[in-house]
Amino acid sequence: MLKTKFLWWALFVLIFAGFPLIVKNPTYTSIGVFALIYMACATSWNMFSGYSGYIALGSSVFYGTGAYTMALISVHANMAAGAAQFWLVPLGGLAAMVVALPIGWIALRVRRHTFVVITIAIFFIFQLGAINFSFTGGTAGLSLPFIQWGASYYNLPFYYVMLVVLIVSLVMSALVRRSRFGLQLLAIRDDEDRALGLGVKVTAVKITGFTLSAFAIGMAGAVYAMFVGQIYPQFVFDPLFDLSIALMAFFGGLGTLAGPVLGAFILESAQQYLTLRFSNGSFYLIAFGALFLIVISFMPRGIVTFFSDRRNKAAAATLAAPTAGDAK
Amino acid sequence: MNSIALLSAAKDGILTGSVYALMATGLTLIFGVMDIINVAQGILVILGAYLSYALQIHWHIDLFIGLLITIPAMFVVGIVIERLFLGRLKGPEKTAMSILVTYAVSLLIEGSLNMIFSVNDVQLQGWYVQKAFAIGSVHFGYIYVAGFVLAVALLSALYFMLYRTRFGVSVRASLADQTSAALVGIDVRRVSTICFGIGVAVTAAGGMIYGSTNAFNASSSYDLISRLLTIIVLGGMGSLGGAMVAGVGMVFVGDMVGVVWSPIWSSMSYFIILAIVLLFRPQGLFGKQMARVA
Repeated sequence: MLKTKFLWWALFVLIFAGFPLIVKNPTYTSIGVFALIYMACATSWNMFSGYSGYIALGSSVFYGTGAYTMALISVHANMAAGAAQFWLVPLGGLAAMVVALPIGWIALRVRRHTFVVITIAIFFIFQLGAINFSFTGGTAGLSLPFIQWGASYYNLPFYYVMLVVLIVSLVMSALVRRSRFGLQLLAIRDDEDRALGLGVKVTAVKITGFTLSAFAIGMAGAVYAMFVGQIYPQFVFDPLFDLSIALMAFFGGLGTLAGPVLGAFILESAQQYLTLRFSNGSFYLIAFGALFLIVISFMPRGIVTFFSDRRNKAAAATLAAPTAGDAK
Repeated sequence: MNSIALLSAAKDGILTGSVYALMATGLTLIFGVMDIINVAQGILVILGAYLSYALQIHWHIDLFIGLLITIPAMFVVGIVIERLFLGRLKGPEKTAMSILVTYAVSLLIEGSLNMIFSVNDVQLQGWYVQKAFAIGSVHFGYIYVAGFVLAVALLSALYFMLYRTRFGVSVRASLADQTSAALVGIDVRRVSTICFGIGVAVTAAGGMIYGSTNAFNASSSYDLISRLLTIIVLGGMGSLGGAMVAGVGMVFVGDMVGVVWSPIWSSMSYFIILAIVLLFRPQGLFGKQMARVA
């Protein structure tokens, strides 16, 4: 069982690694980069919010922190534009974790639904800060050093770096899920009072989980900044980002490993494609909102959970059938 | 910085704050009765403002008279949203789910408003919008004063309903404990739907005042909802009095900080106050003690 699952994941990585070798059109590889960014972010978000049940709606704080780390260091350290900048990607992830620690400390003292609201409020502090402080360049944003890679080749390094980030986030998520620590997060989701009573250090576990989930999101933000070359506060600290990754994880299946990846892949590719095709953001908002409401009505626990439930039911039915025959 | 600037910032804070208090009261009422956080409240305020705008542009209906149409209309909108999407939410994940569902509803409305009204800013007009009178050297805009009076009137009506009517008793019973309320024969489901309608209906009035004191478009809703959520968390979620105190208090402090220090810090001060208060009182200023964790 474990082995087949592992093979599926290996196949998945292989397909994604092969994609830009077959499809050379920059339009599609660019969609690929964005899809990978959201897949990594949704996976990482799910590692805390999906497992613990504490829905965070301020994750673009980490994304933006990663993006600004990348932008500020490449600008101020006069770095040569190019592959060397990728060393700043893990640094962006670490910066996001440094930011996440005090946020978790403040926001995780409260009840679950208040936590959601506080993460939103903290998100707005960061957005306002990025708009108002001078070192962030205000609303004009920051321009990164221009990278002179040919148009046909430009997307590829970003694509593969992002694929590595996605794998890192998947491995982290899988390891957490299998560890004692992950079980503690799940226990918190199911019954926090009882987990506390059984000796789980709930506050420490929650803060650790929250901080760990910032890492890959920060890295994705750093890659994004380098990829687009110019960042604006309202795009890296974007309320729609916060919601999107939550909806993607939810859409695929909250608390599962494959769910967020699948949800993000479907929704982000669709969004990028629709935006390119119709260049109308409002249409996307309507489609996205409607799709989500439909999914929630028919598959209230996400795609992956929906199908694994069905499979389990089918398996249970085949198991039950002979017994019924015996009874005759 | 002088005393007149301070005085007029204080006045602005109280007058505008009362309107925020009204909108936040709707939000906290919904949460208290239904355990639902209505993230769509921000866009519903904007929808209310656009309704007033449409009435004004197409039928030349005065803003305040238009409220007679927009308030019932928003009440119906609330009931429809509740019946269609929120009624089916159950179980321990209900609150978290309600945030996602109402967020999706909010995107749906935002996209539609962008398509119908375009993304260009508009502002509601009326003869009273730009006019002001002065007491001493402090100027009072008519619309701000009218907003204050309207907010106080609606809040009083809400209080009258909650504390002097039979329906109010069922609402307060549901606020205190839904299971017990159901056990003594209160139709909690019906109370919930009506409360959601009422909580949304106040956005028509709030939206009208907001729309005539600010230029707005559909994306103004993000700023609104972040402030409203901060207000209800600060006041204590589910506490009506808390929403009122926090609403007036935060806008007041924000305006004062803007004058004394710098406008940059004015909106940030909201969130910084919130973070500090939560460190010492995680349940908010007037919130109930943490009885359960979930």
